[in-house]
Amino acid sequence: MSRALSLSTLLFAIWLIWSGHYTPLLLAFGVLSCALVLLVSHRMRIIDPEGHPTHLVRGSLSYGLWLTWALIQSNIDLAKRVLSPSLPIAPRMIRVKASQKTHLGQVIYANSITLTPGTVSVDIEDGMIEVHALTAEAAQELIDGEMDRRVTRLENED
Amino acid sequence: MDLIVYYASWALLSCGAFLCAVGGLGILRLPDFYSRQHAAGITDTLGSAFVLIGLMLQSGFSLNAAKLVMILIFLILTSPVATHAIAQAARQSGLEPKVVAEEDEA
Repeated sequence: MSRALSLSTLLFAIWLIWSGHYTPLLLAFGVLSCALVLLVSHRMRIIDPEGHPTHLVRGSLSYGLWLTWALIQSNIDLAKRVLSPSLPIAPRMIRVKASQKTHLGQVIYANSITLTPGTVSVDIEDGMIEVHALTAEAAQELIDGEMDRRVTRLENED
Repeated sequence: MDLIVYYASWALLSCGAFLCAVGGLGILRLPDFYSRQHAAGITDTLGSAFVLIGLMLQSGFSLNAAKLVMILIFLILTSPVATHAIAQAARQSGLEPKVVAEEDEA
């Protein structure tokens, strides 16, 4: 119930941002469309911890900050490599363990890997993610597993 | 104060444009499909983030800035999904990545 409430608040807040028109008629349309989305989501049974993960909001702030910093570093590193005349890359496929228990946690981990320039997750099977890494350093960083640990910690927060 | 915001926005937009150009150059220079995706990643993340934050500074504290924040969030959520979908499609249709031999490592 509280999850449905937070979803409807979120939907309406997004509607308010998109719309920019605040006359009674249009606000009523906004409420109606949000109610429709809520009804459909309820019937599809996706208002659950996976479809609307309210428990991750608090932890995702610190994870987001850490990920932003990691993104900036790997962006700079990759930009340097692309601009350097000798193109110092050493592409390889590696398999890393995703130690998250839920599908949602594994998806967050795989998406973080892909979002980081230098590594793209290609496949995920039985808790192992197949990653294409552009450099030995990017591969080693994943194998060291700091990102994996942080996503697991994020997943376990409540 | 306005001048500082103006120049900060100008600097962010230039950085973003530069990074997008580097991403494009990377797509041209890198050897195969999988490694080119990494270069596209520069454009996806820091390049677009700089451009959008620069535009946020231009629009000030307004509804447009809120919309730009939403665009950034959606971009960060959707671009890895698209990249992964393309990479997996390539893998499943049998495209093998070019990799270095073990002794070449250093």
